Amino acid sequence: MQCEICASKAATIHLTEIINGQRSERHLCQGCAQAEGIAVENQLSLNELLSSLLAAGEQVDSPQDFDRPGCEDCGMTFDEFKSGGLLGCANDYEVFGDALESVIEKTQDGNTAHIGKVPEGFDAETQQVPRSDIRKLQLQLEVAVKNEDYELAAKLRDEIKKMQ
Amino acid sequence: MKLTDLSSRTTDWFSGKGSLADIVISSRIRLARNIAGVKFISKCTNDEKQNILTTLKHNILSLEAIGECLFINVAQGSHIEREFLIERQLISRNLAAGKGPRGVIITKNELFGAMINEEDHLRIQALAAGMDLENCWKRITKIDDMVSEKTKFAFSRKYGYLTACPTNVGTGIRVSVMLHLPALKMTEQLKKMFDAVRDMGLTVRGIFGEGTEAVGDFFQISNQVTLGVSEEKIVEYFTVSIIPKIVSYERLAREELLRKNADLLDDKIARALAVLKNARLISSHEALFLLSSLRLGINTGRIKDISIQTVNEIFMLTQPAHLQINSGEILSPEKRDSLRAQQLRARLN
Repeated sequence: MQCEICASKAATIHLTEIINGQRSERHLCQGCAQAEGIAVENQLSLNELLSSLLAAGEQVDSPQDFDRPGCEDCGMTFDEFKSGGLLGCANDYEVFGDALESVIEKTQDGNTAHIGKVPEGFDAETQQVPRSDIRKLQLQLEVAVKNEDYELAAKLRDEIKKMQ
Repeated sequence: MKLTDLSSRTTDWFSGKGSLADIVISSRIRLARNIAGVKFISKCTNDEKQNILTTLKHNILSLEAIGECLFINVAQGSHIEREFLIERQLISRNLAAGKGPRGVIITKNELFGAMINEEDHLRIQALAAGMDLENCWKRITKIDDMVSEKTKFAFSRKYGYLTACPTNVGTGIRVSVMLHLPALKMTEQLKKMFDAVRDMGLTVRGIFGEGTEAVGDFFQISNQVTLGVSEEKIVEYFTVSIIPKIVSYERLAREELLRKNADLLDDKIARALAVLKNARLISSHEALFLLSSLRLGINTGRIKDISIQTVNEIFMLTQPAHLQINSGEILSPEKRDSLRAQQLRARLN
């Protein structure tokens, strides 16, 4: 999301104002927020940051959010996760599906897929492509992105997806 | 090995040695991991937490390659003991304030630590003095491999290592470098630089981690994104671009101060030394600021008869919990201020 004032930097300050019951939202970059006299010096913890991000997105959530079932393994509901910022078990990543993915995308600079270390033996168990092969492609992908060779990068990304 | 074995000396990562040591105090990498098939901490009962603690404690302590270790039961420790561990960066505030069975394993040199039942089941960290993230990564990934031979970690092909908070998912890595930036502060360039650092997706924190204010010109810079970027890439980014750039800005600011405003610099250093050598009561907050000036004085060659090692040692040993553990009793803030001033006079005169 771009800053609504300068329209060039990423909006990192999301301000919700409620005046006489009227709710309005502003999305600003750090510099413009400070120029507007909004104090941004306080350091939020990552969990607080996540909770506030989740709260800011609350209004635009689809109505089926309320009906979303909780996780059978741990009992965590998406609402409970929204208020606390912490998941209840590994299974929640699947149970909360797209709703969680959009949260992850927001907090992880647009990324939604892991690149990096894979535990030894993970591939053997799941009978997938040996991780060294995928890893090799992932490294090539990193180099391609670094060199701004996006055509090659897209090709590599698709290959990696297929192998996964 | 006991806590009191540690309390009389400073820790290895704070030795004042290592690469770029005039500005980079220490490097740290921590990995967040959870046991596959076990609920995350927020949904665990105390019995379940106890099982996690027992399993991980056994699996880590049985790794001979790590060397001599100490397990500290944080749940049973006193408030002062927990504060002491925070001051040495061996545990987080979060673990100290947590509930139920939890603990930490540390090696004798304190360069490796494993927090059990913090926000995730396991958080392992490797520390080094100065700028040495590559070494931290080599050590921590090796230990991670050894632990994962005994403990299956929650991992998905799509999201990588699964963590309680999605802000850690993927690699679960947090790379942190502690910096001393007094000249950038004096020349009022700090804000500009931190804005740039934040624009690059990094976080700046105070010396004692998340949510703490920066004291005495010491700052920690860490990565925020843990998903979609490999561990090696993050380490390389810090090692090749980010940190050398900040270090060069701080060096330039120091040179500029010496060239254009040596009187201001010398005055600050001399006043700091005068107070440290003569005060009868001094708070830890004030001492940190003054020791920061002293450190700058040594690193710019203005003070020649005090070593960085001495400053680091005083810095750590005059922290509130260290003072109390070493004196063997709970002290009121006034008593601590008096004892701190006494120790400073003894070490610096």
